Amino acid sequence: MDRRTVFGGWRLPVLLVLPQLLLTSFFFYWPAGEAVWSSMTSQDAFGEGLTFVGWDNFAELLDDPLYLEAAVRTVVFCGAVSLLAMGLALALAVFADREVRGKHAYRTLLIWPYAVAPAMSAVLFLFVLDPRVGLLGRWLNQMGVDWDYHLNGNQALLMVVMASAWKQVSYNFIFFLAGMQSIPRAVTEAARMDGAKGWHRFRTITFPLLAPTTFFLLVVNLVYAAFDTFGTINALTHGGPGKDTETLVLKVFRDGVVNHDIGSSSAQSVILMVGVIAMTAVQFRFMGRRTES
Amino acid sequence: MLALGVVLFALPVWLVLAGSTQDSQAITRGELSLIPHLSGLPIYWRVLTEGTRGAEPVWHMLATSLAMALCIALGKITISILSAYAVVFFRFPLRKLAFWSIFVTLMLPVEVRIIPTYSVMARFGLINTFTGLWVPLIASATATLLFRQVFVSIPDELVEAARMDGAGPLRFLWDIVIPVSGANIAALFVILFVYGWNQYLWPLLVATDPSLDTIVIGLVKMIGVDSDTDWAAVMATAVLALLPPVAVVVLMQRWFVAGLTEGEK
Repeated sequence: MDRRTVFGGWRLPVLLVLPQLLLTSFFFYWPAGEAVWSSMTSQDAFGEGLTFVGWDNFAELLDDPLYLEAAVRTVVFCGAVSLLAMGLALALAVFADREVRGKHAYRTLLIWPYAVAPAMSAVLFLFVLDPRVGLLGRWLNQMGVDWDYHLNGNQALLMVVMASAWKQVSYNFIFFLAGMQSIPRAVTEAARMDGAKGWHRFRTITFPLLAPTTFFLLVVNLVYAAFDTFGTINALTHGGPGKDTETLVLKVFRDGVVNHDIGSSSAQSVILMVGVIAMTAVQFRFMGRRTES
Repeated sequence: MLALGVVLFALPVWLVLAGSTQDSQAITRGELSLIPHLSGLPIYWRVLTEGTRGAEPVWHMLATSLAMALCIALGKITISILSAYAVVFFRFPLRKLAFWSIFVTLMLPVEVRIIPTYSVMARFGLINTFTGLWVPLIASATATLLFRQVFVSIPDELVEAARMDGAGPLRFLWDIVIPVSGANIAALFVILFVYGWNQYLWPLLVATDPSLDTIVIGLVKMIGVDSDTDWAAVMATAVLALLPPVAVVVLMQRWFVAGLTEGEK
């Protein structure tokens, strides 16, 4: 990261970097520190005064079947969203890449959902799949399918997975398409001459060459599914019915903001932070390797 | 297949567009149709100026969202350019530490530190203020990293030439560095504008005062009403909420796509 030619003096650069550092310390480090501190305290029965309890909050969480259920549910949810969003995007990118004319038109028609807020995609899906108001939801019920995601937990989970994945497809599509277009023509031409046909060519040439993009997207999608979908889920189901669509972030929100259990909510925050940092580290090890090669 | 994909994405939006012009009671009865009624268009004027029962008028929510998105996008870009410039073009004490302490926050979204951030905000008296809505969101490791990458690739010869001409560091920043990073700034603007416009959890936490409701918050509140929802108004509001960010992405598509996929490398 070092350049040969630099400007002298130290006051100006310190002044320049200061706003960013101040914001980072006030809104990242301070809250993070406070999260670690509150995660080791507990409010007494009367709601006054904090006592230091060490690892108790964490031990309690790891013993709590409800927390473990939410963790498993989050993993399933993130996996499903990532798989669906990436699979669809890859398929669309393959077709868009083959298109000779109108490639740009298709791109425009497919990238705009990127701009849709997670909470907005919930509203859009409501109009399609709500059992009473939604177009398809109503039709399903007329066809004799017992479709009501307000009551059926599995249907609710399916609903939030679809609404969350729908929004993320366009992001993945942009990257897959860019990845395919950066594959040298000579490679695909050579494969074609050797007689490799559609699916076979994709499996042996295109997909392996897309591996770095795929891995990058996997991390981004998992992080998206774990955190950004709060709006989607909260607007569609509030985590319900029961707790059937409650992911870890919703649980942090419910325990902290709604139920005012600060100790437990903070401990959950700390666990999530450790998770995010671990994922960032994995991604950077990988990206570092890629820039070297 | 491709056309099917396009339809898959367009259907919900078309449905909302068509539904916004229809009769709310008919929609409640389940008679939503795919054909818009042109006679229902005045609904847009009504929600913009009056809003729905018990809510701010939609123009006000749109204005709040717009102000918030612009402040976040421009604020992030400004402080990230400044800090990246300092880190790349100067040598000062604790430079590496400053860079790393920004870098570490890279992927730590607000969603993971809900309660502690709220209590810090409360201590600063930023709850229910417009400042509280955007300032905490503008610290950005991603943007700083991106600009650092761009700045590192500016050839040394350019810096030398500028110094030879007697240009100081601030002049060099304004006359050379910012113009050559134009495409990156444009791309980042799209990403950050959308990010700002689409915030949901943050405003939900720090702004309970209805006069600070963004359009996304306002819309989710509208569908939360259990009975007697004015569906046509909700749909019209949804269309209005979608327009600005979608317009920004589509109109600035060229920079956005290039910037996004380049930033990843």
